[in-house]
Amino acid sequence: MSLDAKIPAGPIDKKWTNHKNNIKLVNPANKRSIDIIVVGTGLAGGSAAASLAEMGYNVKAFCFQDSPRRAHSIAAQGGINAAKNYQNDGDSTYRLFYDTVKGGDYRSREANVYRLAEVSASIIDQCVAQGVPFAREYGGMLDNRSFGGVQVSRTFYAKGQTGQQLLLGAYSAMSRQIGKGKITMYNRHEMMDLVKVDGKARGIIARNLITGEIERHSAHAVVIASGGYGNVFFLSTNAMGSNTSAAWKVHKKGAYFANPCYTQIHPTCIPVSGDHQSKLTLMSESLRNDGRIWVPKKKEDAEAIRAGKLKPTQLAEEDRDYYLERRYPAFGNLVPRDVASRAAKERCDAGFGVNATGEAVYLDFASAIQRYGKEQALVHGHDSNDKALVTKLGKEVIKSKYGNLFQMYEKIVDQNPYETPMMIYPAVHYTMGGIWVDYNLMTTIPGCYAAGEANFSDHGANRLGASALMQGLADGYFVLPYTIGDYLADDIRTGEISTDLPEFEAAEKEVKDRLAFFINNKGTKSVDYFHKRLGKVMWNKVGMARNAKGLSEAIVEIREIRDEFWKDVRVPGELNEFNQELEKASRLADFLELGELFAMDALQRNESCGGHFREESVETSGEQEGEAKRDDANFAFVAAWEYTGNIAESKMHKEELKFENIELKQRSYK
Amino acid sequence: MNLTLKIWRQKNKQDKGRMETYPVSNISGDMSFLEMLDVLNEQLINDGKEPVAFDHDCREGICGMCSLFINGEAHGPGREITTCQLHMRSFKDGDTIHIEPWRAAAFPVVKDLVTDRSALDRIMNAGGFVSVNTSGNTIDANTIPVPKADADKAFDAATCIGCGACVATCKNASAMLFTSAKVSQLALLPQGKVEAHDRVLNMVHQMDLEGFGNCTNTGACEVECPKGISLENIARMNREYLSASVTGE
Ligand SMILES: Cc1cc2nc3c(=O)[nH]c(=O)nc-3n(C[C@H](O)[C@H](O)[C@H](O)COP(=O)(O)OP(=O)(O)OC[C@H]3O[C@@H](n4cnc5c(N)ncnc54)[C@H](O)[C@@H]3O)c2cc1C
Ligand code: SF4
Ligand code: FES
Repeated sequence: MSLDAKIPAGPIDKKWTNHKNNIKLVNPANKRSIDIIVVGTGLAGGSAAASLAEMGYNVKAFCFQDSPRRAHSIAAQGGINAAKNYQNDGDSTYRLFYDTVKGGDYRSREANVYRLAEVSASIIDQCVAQGVPFAREYGGMLDNRSFGGVQVSRTFYAKGQTGQQLLLGAYSAMSRQIGKGKITMYNRHEMMDLVKVDGKARGIIARNLITGEIERHSAHAVVIASGGYGNVFFLSTNAMGSNTSAAWKVHKKGAYFANPCYTQIHPTCIPVSGDHQSKLTLMSESLRNDGRIWVPKKKEDAEAIRAGKLKPTQLAEEDRDYYLERRYPAFGNLVPRDVASRAAKERCDAGFGVNATGEAVYLDFASAIQRYGKEQALVHGHDSNDKALVTKLGKEVIKSKYGNLFQMYEKIVDQNPYETPMMIYPAVHYTMGGIWVDYNLMTTIPGCYAAGEANFSDHGANRLGASALMQGLADGYFVLPYTIGDYLADDIRTGEISTDLPEFEAAEKEVKDRLAFFINNKGTKSVDYFHKRLGKVMWNKVGMARNAKGLSEAIVEIREIRDEFWKDVRVPGELNEFNQELEKASRLADFLELGELFAMDALQRNESCGGHFREESVETSGEQEGEAKRDDANFAFVAAWEYTGNIAESKMHKEELKFENIELKQRSYK
Repeated sequence: MNLTLKIWRQKNKQDKGRMETYPVSNISGDMSFLEMLDVLNEQLINDGKEPVAFDHDCREGICGMCSLFINGEAHGPGREITTCQLHMRSFKDGDTIHIEPWRAAAFPVVKDLVTDRSALDRIMNAGGFVSVNTSGNTIDANTIPVPKADADKAFDAATCIGCGACVATCKNASAMLFTSAKVSQLALLPQGKVEAHDRVLNMVHQMDLEGFGNCTNTGACEVECPKGISLENIARMNREYLSASVTGE
């Protein structure tokens, strides 16, 4: 199959409008006889389900949590971008488009990114209309903050709980439709497989997680909005249940999987504390607005700190290495995530790490406290030389901006970040790769769509902060509701799809057999035992720095773990009951396959771009020496993988990326 | 440290359930409470026994999934935290810890420590929204200025994570704090004012249908709420309810 991205003709700023004008529509009466399944109720799925139901379609929505409001989007902290230019600092649709393409290291599709920037402003309007309580200034207007990799303030936020407030907005829109019977909500249901009839997506097989029952659900189109696959690393900032299964099942049924190796490793997370660690906690990027990142200049000092003989606060200013400010004077602590993460790893690998494991750097608020404190003292007519007062006032400002994050840090680490710098280290956070989709967000399976983090569409090789929320809501509120009609217009006479079709029966049987296998396997090792092993291989060999040797080893090791898993996994309990180990086993089986493709993709891409850093591909001279080196001549394409029955033989298709509006440049943050 | 855990085990909704005792050892203070349960479960699986079912997802205090009644307190000792944010350093070597599910007629047990809280969703379905359709043409967000004080109060009410600790804590199993948080958030914002009357009447009606108890102002919910949702919200909801009932439907 050749890849057609279906990018509309015309100038970039007219494409979406023209496309919308030419798209087929479904009239209201016909919408009532069309069913759509939406898997996932995060920002992407929740907003899609609500909007599609409002338009008149019958929606069936699925999530594995006990309520749609608990999707992983709830955990997003920092904010959501929109080109509103409320701050009058030169922002525009074009600039957001440009920043996103550049931030993604020129590995995304121009037309999609432009559309994203174009609809971004409507997202804020829509959310405010729903009652989302964004932060406001004293005049009652919406407030903004700035995020890494850009030079304007375009991020809207609700303290450190932006994802929560946006998701509750989408959830409330869903609730309204659930109340009206336009959305049938299936909580605690997990999609186990996609059902195709005559080559089209026509339904899913789902497991009722409470009773264990396997159910058939049919529809005229299926939307996959099941989030990202960062948990392939075992440890990540994703929620414990985040998984790749829905996306992976769709892939195995014929949807191409794009750029699986593009992973975002977030620079500011709480470091690992021990083997018991079950997940990692993000400290929002917004902290980099005020926090300065450093390690000791001298190795002896770093060693003394690690041994507990020296405190960071005892180190004189001249003995500290603010390495981001040193290496990237133009962006300083606000360089994009991939750059900041690699720089931290570089310092720690060189022996300057500051915690017991040597894998942590400082994020220090002392200068921000002084700066804000002085300002407050002056504003309120106090003595700005009174050190104690200034410190007190400064801490109050920091508390009002980041209070909940500081509290979270203190709860976990048991240290007071107002008094001593935070310790942070990079952690897996987001996956830019995902199911390949065309401009309409349709996968290579007709009638199967992918939205939000589950698709690959807008962030190229690196995502800018506060852009995932924007993309999820753009897909669900403003893109899918239009594009899906274009496809469904041909289905108005189809009538209800019967779940008695042999395709449903076959898919159901496969699911039942697989689950029964786990229960009957009676091996000796738990699911987590294998998941942790997979995670170690991924982190060590397919993590922040990758090379051909490590990747080739990883491919073999992942296969070995997978074989052992199938032979020796122990899943207690029964099929027909609430069984969390069975859920985990089924998800891990998919991660173990995805992991291999992930490493294959990383091996194939012999260039460094965005979050994908190949040690073989760095600048060897000049001002950019040591920085990642992209190879546009050979790698300006999307790698879209086709499943052929065996992961090792997956076939790579290339979607060449054409840059007609933005000149390809080296990404410099110097 | 070494601990003794007394945990509620119940196979399913029909089963009567009982407390069982499990020892755990080598627990470090840096572990979260749920990581301690992971250790127990790993041990149970290795011993060929059934692990303890408990709800959790984000493990950072925001999704509202975790829901344990620990030593007689919803989300355990410590204020303004969820179970997943509780760390073992709050306990000491030799402690016995009692772990039970949320107890409320409206939250039937699914298995062990997992309950069904969908009643809270149904309260939301009855009116916890602003009736605005998705469209690219809502008015510009800054056309409706909201005084910062109102915006902040609405935000505070909006931070409810829907965990149900308030219900589990209340001797009447009342869902007033939860319901009032949403009613308040929307009543405080100009966007939500239009439907304020219907909203409060419908949500309260659904709350009663679900079998939640009455509020007798003991204030226990506010104490155990991990997000510090204030009793002021209940007072505001009562005012809204009264004014809606007086004006009629
Ligand atoms: C800690 C953290 C902070 C973040 N902060 C920000 C931020 O400040 N700004 C920003 O822009 N982005 C942020 N992100 C990224 C952003 O939150 C996510 O990318 C985004 O929310 C993903 O939304 P989604 O709708 O695609 O998927 P999710 O919210 O992950 O939702 C997935 C849904 O799919 C369901 N599901 C999954 N598998 C199945 C299955 N097999 N069957 C049935 N249902 C299934 C789940 O139940 C859930 O409802 C953050 C991410 C993390 C981890
Ligand atoms: S009001 Fe508090 S305790 Fe009750 S559901 Fe909301 S967050 Fe939980
Ligand atoms: S697991 Fe999400 S709040 Fe505790």
